[in-house]
Amino acid sequence: MARSMTITEKILAAHCGRDSVQPGEIVNVKLDLIVCHEVTTPPAIKMMAQIGVSKVFDPTKIVVTPDHFVPNKDIQTAELTKELHRWVKEQGIERYHQLGDHGICHALVPEQGYILPGMTAVCGDSHTTTLGAFGAFASGIGSTDLAAALATGELWFRVPETLRFNVKGKLPHGVYAKDLILYIISKTGVDGARYCTMEYHGSAITAMSMESRLTICNMAVEAGGKSGIMEADKVTAKYLKKRTTQPYTVFQSDAGAHYKDVYEIDASVLEPMVALPSLPSNGRFIGEVTKIAIDQAYIGSCTNARIEDLREAARIMKNRHVAPGVKAIVVPATSGVWRQALREGLFDIFADAGCVISTATCGACLGGHMGVLGKGEVCISTTNRNFVGRMGHPEAQVYLASPATVAASAIAGRIADPRDYMEKPLPRRGEKEVLVGVAEGDRRPQEDYLWGV
Amino acid sequence: MGSVMRGRAHVYSRAHINTDEIIPARYLNTHDHAELAKHAMEDIDPEFVSRVQPGDFVVAGEDFGCGSSREHAVWALRSAGIQCVIAANYARIFFRNSLNNGFLAVECPGIVDKITSGDEIEVDLEKGTIRNVTRGTEEAFLPLTPFVKEMLAAGGLLPYIARRHGLEYTPAPPVPRLDVKLSQLMPAGR
Repeated sequence: MARSMTITEKILAAHCGRDSVQPGEIVNVKLDLIVCHEVTTPPAIKMMAQIGVSKVFDPTKIVVTPDHFVPNKDIQTAELTKELHRWVKEQGIERYHQLGDHGICHALVPEQGYILPGMTAVCGDSHTTTLGAFGAFASGIGSTDLAAALATGELWFRVPETLRFNVKGKLPHGVYAKDLILYIISKTGVDGARYCTMEYHGSAITAMSMESRLTICNMAVEAGGKSGIMEADKVTAKYLKKRTTQPYTVFQSDAGAHYKDVYEIDASVLEPMVALPSLPSNGRFIGEVTKIAIDQAYIGSCTNARIEDLREAARIMKNRHVAPGVKAIVVPATSGVWRQALREGLFDIFADAGCVISTATCGACLGGHMGVLGKGEVCISTTNRNFVGRMGHPEAQVYLASPATVAASAIAGRIADPRDYMEKPLPRRGEKEVLVGVAEGDRRPQEDYLWGV
Repeated sequence: MGSVMRGRAHVYSRAHINTDEIIPARYLNTHDHAELAKHAMEDIDPEFVSRVQPGDFVVAGEDFGCGSSREHAVWALRSAGIQCVIAANYARIFFRNSLNNGFLAVECPGIVDKITSGDEIEVDLEKGTIRNVTRGTEEAFLPLTPFVKEMLAAGGLLPYIARRHGLEYTPAPPVPRLDVKLSQLMPAGR
């Protein structure tokens, strides 16, 4: 009988033709999904040529979207996107999301139903860990890895140790998945999960929407993790049902599986969190944070710019106005989220509040464009990293928080507690749910839309 | 890569030096190695590129290279002339990218206390040692695993894969050195 294994070990074993694997082993893993964007893919295309391979191993297992610098911010990025486009056509890749249909890849892939439980997925981007929320093994790689993956359909991995996080209780009013993951990273440190998988369990996780789960797994890399993972459940199945008809395999961790460490967390005692400059692990409860004045509030990124995030921000901004002197920037994660936010009237709220709204892009999260910071500027952001220089000038300061906290801070002009801007607990259940990212013609009447269906 | 490497150290003793410091994202609009090299370590040490000499070492604390997956960080350091990084330990994607490029990244806990910037360093791959020639001290680095050795010996992931799949590997054209002017590359008289 195979040894007791974690979800991650089971997925890796199943993809290298073995009954079992154990942490520390190097295994060659077959890949089910390879996601490509314009920054790390063009170098990989050149590298494929270096080993004499002109065609990808299987164009149906590849998804492509430009996301980092869209629309092109300068001549060089135009060349990168152009090369990506040329290559997609040459390779006959059908799952290609061009400008207007594009999105930040880690948000677009779930929205389109491309990632399924039990899959192995890679992308030349560190936040690929996001996709683990579906009970898949998903990890970020570099361009050489990407070249090897595209050419051969497989890649070497060291089987990671697993850290288990049992999150019991219920997140209080005004406290979100982002607050939970910032809290967790404040406990592990930015390298506490180095080389490990972060596996999440508990009532606080199972109660979460897929979107919130994506936020949690997104930031595994901020603790040094190779991947984040959750067991697929009813919420996962419901989300996938309307997005795909593909079959999938659900893996669960065995009762006797070995964990490197187990963290017990009570979600019900958490408060809104803010990570101070310049490490994501500098998280503090909002009550302990000096309410310093801000120059910019940024709502965007693969971490927190899905429709639920924008709704939370809009609830706070409704009938209010951004404080004088504050630049408030809203960057939906995908074109689908953008269109949905428009339909729901969220853009009216943001625009009336004095925000600017961008097309979907990684944008200023990585100091690319659409809100790069100058020397000494202070920004509160829904993004994932606040490293020195991450969003622009090395002397700019970035505070990380949830969309609600960022929205409240934009209104206040300084770091603010979102609960001060919420009159009563928000309706959570039975609210109208919507399917994002599905073509207009495929849509059912509005009443039938179910979020996360 | 010879088995003994010698050069001067550039020490960054802080933990968690991230890829935004090694190569800021504002330069990710290119993957031209020589261009990236001009901005290596720019946000942590703007003078780095003017000091670095071919064959030098970067010596760092824990979790070196954390943050994004950009391989540009490895290319920038290597193309600036760095032949090897020595750190207490590494963020996984940086480590992976290094090995995949056949670029040596060795782990040696506590190394930042044993080396000062400017010290002459000798790394012996066979013996597994880091000798501080200036101070006359010697440390052992963590042994490389057989898989890592095999990939480094092949020259990185692409040649390693080429061998496994019976393909021919063509190395990329050499990266021009930072201080070589175009005029110097032109044959005389043109």
